[in-house]
Amino acid sequence: MRRVGTAWCFVAPALLVIAVFFFVPVVAALALSFTDFDIYALADSHNLRLVGLRNYVQLLQTPLFWKAFGNTLYFVVVGVPLSIAVSFGAALLLHSRLVRFRAFFRTALFAPVVTTLVAVAVIWRYLFHPHYGLLNYALGRLGLPAIDWLGDPHWAMPAIIVLAVWKNFGYNMIILLAGLQSIPEQLYEAARIDGASVWRQFRHVTLPMLAPIVAMVNILTIAGYFQLFAEPYVMTQGGPLQSTVSVLYFMYEEGFKWWNLGSASAVAFVLFLFIFCVTAVQLRVVRWQSTA
Amino acid sequence: MAIHRVTPSLPAVLINGLLLGLATVTLFPLVWMVAVSLMSPGEASTFPPPLVPGRPTFANYRELFAHAGMGRYLFNSAMLASVVTLVSLFFNVAAGYGFAKLRFAGRDRIFKLLLAALVIPSQVAMVPLFLLLKHLGLVNTYGGVIVPAMASIFGIFVVRQYALSIPDELLEAARIDGAGEFRIFWSVIVPVIRPIIVTLAVFTSLGAWNDFMWPLIVLGDSDLYTLPVALASLSREHVQDNELMMAGSVLTILPVLLVFLVLQRYYMQGLMLGSVKE
Repeated sequence: MRRVGTAWCFVAPALLVIAVFFFVPVVAALALSFTDFDIYALADSHNLRLVGLRNYVQLLQTPLFWKAFGNTLYFVVVGVPLSIAVSFGAALLLHSRLVRFRAFFRTALFAPVVTTLVAVAVIWRYLFHPHYGLLNYALGRLGLPAIDWLGDPHWAMPAIIVLAVWKNFGYNMIILLAGLQSIPEQLYEAARIDGASVWRQFRHVTLPMLAPIVAMVNILTIAGYFQLFAEPYVMTQGGPLQSTVSVLYFMYEEGFKWWNLGSASAVAFVLFLFIFCVTAVQLRVVRWQSTA
Repeated sequence: MAIHRVTPSLPAVLINGLLLGLATVTLFPLVWMVAVSLMSPGEASTFPPPLVPGRPTFANYRELFAHAGMGRYLFNSAMLASVVTLVSLFFNVAAGYGFAKLRFAGRDRIFKLLLAALVIPSQVAMVPLFLLLKHLGLVNTYGGVIVPAMASIFGIFVVRQYALSIPDELLEAARIDGAGEFRIFWSVIVPVIRPIIVTLAVFTSLGAWNDFMWPLIVLGDSDLYTLPVALASLSREHVQDNELMMAGSVLTILPVLLVFLVLQRYYMQGLMLGSVKE
């Protein structure tokens, strides 16, 4: 009996912090999204009224919200496959028996993951500079026309995707590399004895064995990429022509620039619901495939 | 006597060549950041962009410390990352051990609830959290950054996974010897799980150092800014001062990169543990 009490002494402090500063705010966010909490309510809570679903209805009628949603979807749909493709390629290269200095390459390719996003966004903003940027210099040397990366609405999001792939690919690379290393060598030996080429070994041993890890990496990366915020905040401030306003950027401005906190909570919940549904569908597909 | 010279095979050249290319592209922005940070003002705003400083100078760093308050931001970031790490380690390690090895009613159900909550993005909580902290008088204070970060589900999770492997006999033996639960925790458990404590410390400190959105929201007073918040604000003011901004980026990135390089083994272990959350 005494031991049960002490057990609580170990877990209660952490649980209390998580309950008060995470669970309660999440529930409160849902409640807040049904109110017109704004700068007047911030000054005096008597100005607070329940408005039902009005925030959500208004949100769905706000063109900038749809724009932000579309931009974020663009970032996810293009950025995630690109990131995972680079991660996978790098992991395959690192896994090769022929690699020299494997530890060095692994660390070098992983380094951007631990760097500070704001700082690397500052670096890349300079690399993308239309006049002095090295990227345009390189394009010029290849005989290609210069691109106004961050000033052209068509190129700003691709530029942000380039930064995100560079910054993030090392993370999944390490996980996929561990997956590759866990495939039993006997499977490859058996395939070789059967006369399978390198490509067929890859197709029929590597890919199926790695499928569950790729699926997990995919789900986590998609959920992460939906939370795009700092890149547009530093590099483009949402521009040009709002082409890089992400859902979280929209939420930040709605909540902490215009102080429409009720509406900002609704934005957060819509984003959460969307991520949740996308994750749930993917989990279904993964389970269905593994049983089929 | 013939010397057999080992000629590298074509695939070996190809694979190592590709890796070298990829590593060059990956490291180039970081190396170039250092180079530009040592250029004199205006030097980097020429075409074609210079790769190495003509006459290396620390002028940009001096300028940052003398006129942009960089010392202050460096202190804020280092202090906040240290305090968050120390406090949250204490809470998370105790809870992680509790969930792994101690019995109490509802343990497994609470743990499942915590795991399920991992799918909720932290930004969902931000608006009410801001109001709560405003009510507590913590907005615009260091406390606004520290208090919500005092415990994390991820931290509890990795410690629990590690602590599960501690044999129960070890605990029973200590209990038979008459040691109290806190004594057991401190002198038996903590030494055994030290590797995961280091791992979690590295993860937490890097995360706290790099964090941007929450400090941006809760710290309004520029005296309290952390490096990323200060850098974002400076970079909006000094759009043209590339050399100065690169020096700021170096100061922001270098500490985390060094911590990572020194404690890489622990960091990678945490990455693997964190990724097996189903």
